[in-house]
Amino acid sequence: MAEVLFSRPKALFDIPTHYCPGCHHGIIHRLVAEVIDELGIQEKTIGVAPVGCAVLAYDYFNFDMLEAAHGRAPAVATGVKRVHPDAAVFTYQGDGDLAAIGCAEIVHAAARGEKITTIFVNNAIYGMTGGQMAPTTLVGQVTSTSPYGRNLETAGMPIRVSEMLATLDGPAFIARVAVNTPANMNKAKAAIKKAFELQLSGQGFCLVEVLSICPTNWGKTPLEAVKWLEENMVPHYPLGVYKDVQEAAK
Amino acid sequence: MSEKVLMKGNEAIAEAAVAAGCRHYFGYPITPQTEIPEYMSKRMPQVGGVFLQAESEVAAINMVYGAAGAGARVMTSSSSPGISLKQEGISYTAGAELPCLIVNIMRGGPGLGGIQPAQSDYFQATKGGGHGGYRNIVLAPNSVQEMADLTMLGFSLADQYRNPVMLLGDGVIGQMMEPVEIKENNTRAVEKPWAAVGMHGRAKPNIINSLYLKANELEDHNNRLQKKYALMRGNEMRWEEIHTQDAELILVAYGITARIAQSAIDIARENGKKAGLLRPISLWPFPEPPFVRLAKTATAFLTLELSAGQMIEDVRLATRDAKPVYFYGRTGGMIMSPMEIYQEITKILDGKEGK
Repeated sequence: MAEVLFSRPKALFDIPTHYCPGCHHGIIHRLVAEVIDELGIQEKTIGVAPVGCAVLAYDYFNFDMLEAAHGRAPAVATGVKRVHPDAAVFTYQGDGDLAAIGCAEIVHAAARGEKITTIFVNNAIYGMTGGQMAPTTLVGQVTSTSPYGRNLETAGMPIRVSEMLATLDGPAFIARVAVNTPANMNKAKAAIKKAFELQLSGQGFCLVEVLSICPTNWGKTPLEAVKWLEENMVPHYPLGVYKDVQEAAK
Repeated sequence: MSEKVLMKGNEAIAEAAVAAGCRHYFGYPITPQTEIPEYMSKRMPQVGGVFLQAESEVAAINMVYGAAGAGARVMTSSSSPGISLKQEGISYTAGAELPCLIVNIMRGGPGLGGIQPAQSDYFQATKGGGHGGYRNIVLAPNSVQEMADLTMLGFSLADQYRNPVMLLGDGVIGQMMEPVEIKENNTRAVEKPWAAVGMHGRAKPNIINSLYLKANELEDHNNRLQKKYALMRGNEMRWEEIHTQDAELILVAYGITARIAQSAIDIARENGKKAGLLRPISLWPFPEPPFVRLAKTATAFLTLELSAGQMIEDVRLATRDAKPVYFYGRTGGMIMSPMEIYQEITKILDGKEGK
């Protein structure tokens, strides 16, 4: 008998996504779905989709979802979780959504220790609207609204969300990961799994920041984009665990 | 609670919401509605409910969106500037067809305005407020008792139509105390098979959403909404009439202004002037039938508002301008007296007699 070694997670529908060639969203969707399958929580998962490239995430995930207004996913997830405290509630947000327009919502959800999980996809640019400067855009990075490169004098430094949120007492787990190599994908999946487990055991707010490429709006091939992420993004956004109440308790 | 107790209008809203089975409240402090979150912060823990003071009105309405989408009976409250902040969320809630109660205890504007009572958010409440073309049912109480009763009705209508309902009060009724009976829960329990609660064996996910990227699908969605709004227009017009049958002049007012108008009508009647009151209770749908009828028997209408004139546009539409529609209003938190209104009545009726 043949043995199935690899298959589509149950928590993902079998349909092609709209994401651009090389985009990391597909991988990150898959990791979230694999974690939900492994934890056996598909039936009690409620997701909140953002405004941005992942706006249609509810077409790909096979569980109940709500589409939130731009940046408001943590507030929407708060409403959901307060109605269904036993549900696995998560938001899936990009860097424009979470770090710009939704900055207040994410900070206060984290500060309250809201028992939700946030998957934060940081690709240093607004993807959906065609490559504008984001709060996470690197200094000197050329985008359609920073055509001469991000100017430190006028736009300031890019925000390090994980480090910022880790200063709060509310979060139970905060980690920054990447999906640029198979090894990093495994680490990313482990972090996502922990971010769901700690939510479900009532520990508090959990966030996993995933560094991601945007070949289309970066104007690079997927391979060039991965190289650019490693050489430019990782130095400014170091990978690692920024908060872990479980480790702290040991 | 079935006996009369003395309560502030804002407290009556909160207690009626609890009686109606609302167990989720999300809000933010702003005068003159702060008694509602304060009351809820005390009351919700007693009944196993959730009170959450949000970081902003924007967050509060989006928490309402989440809780309503997850199937809960839920409310928020604010006052004029805060309601402006909620408009994005109200549009999304209307678009995703989520039932909820939104309370606006109006204060003077524009901008930061003041903290004294006003009725200058009529346009915002009845004509959309947020973007995209939608309707909320808008209920306007004129007493502390109605603050309670229309709160319960609001939850029923919200669930029945899967639509946001706005309770549009003013700072006077919010702050004043009157005897009120919080009635037994008379709302209907409605099944919500569409809610995002986790699949729990359901074959297909439930999606709460207002996004339709294909133009034809968004038009279909709009057509469905318009059909629902037509149904509301047919079923949910509410109004009260006092002394309208023989009235030459029909005063049109809602909320606290209707109470002052009633006193003015008493003075007018004592002086042999036939004035009556038509009080819209539902501001949307605007109760057109009595206007059409009274436009045949009365000689004129006088619209009274604590604004520079907003509802008057609906009065003119409803009467088809068949009779003159006069206006008297105060703004900024200034409140008209019965004698001021009586003088307007006299001007109109004597002006006619003088011809």
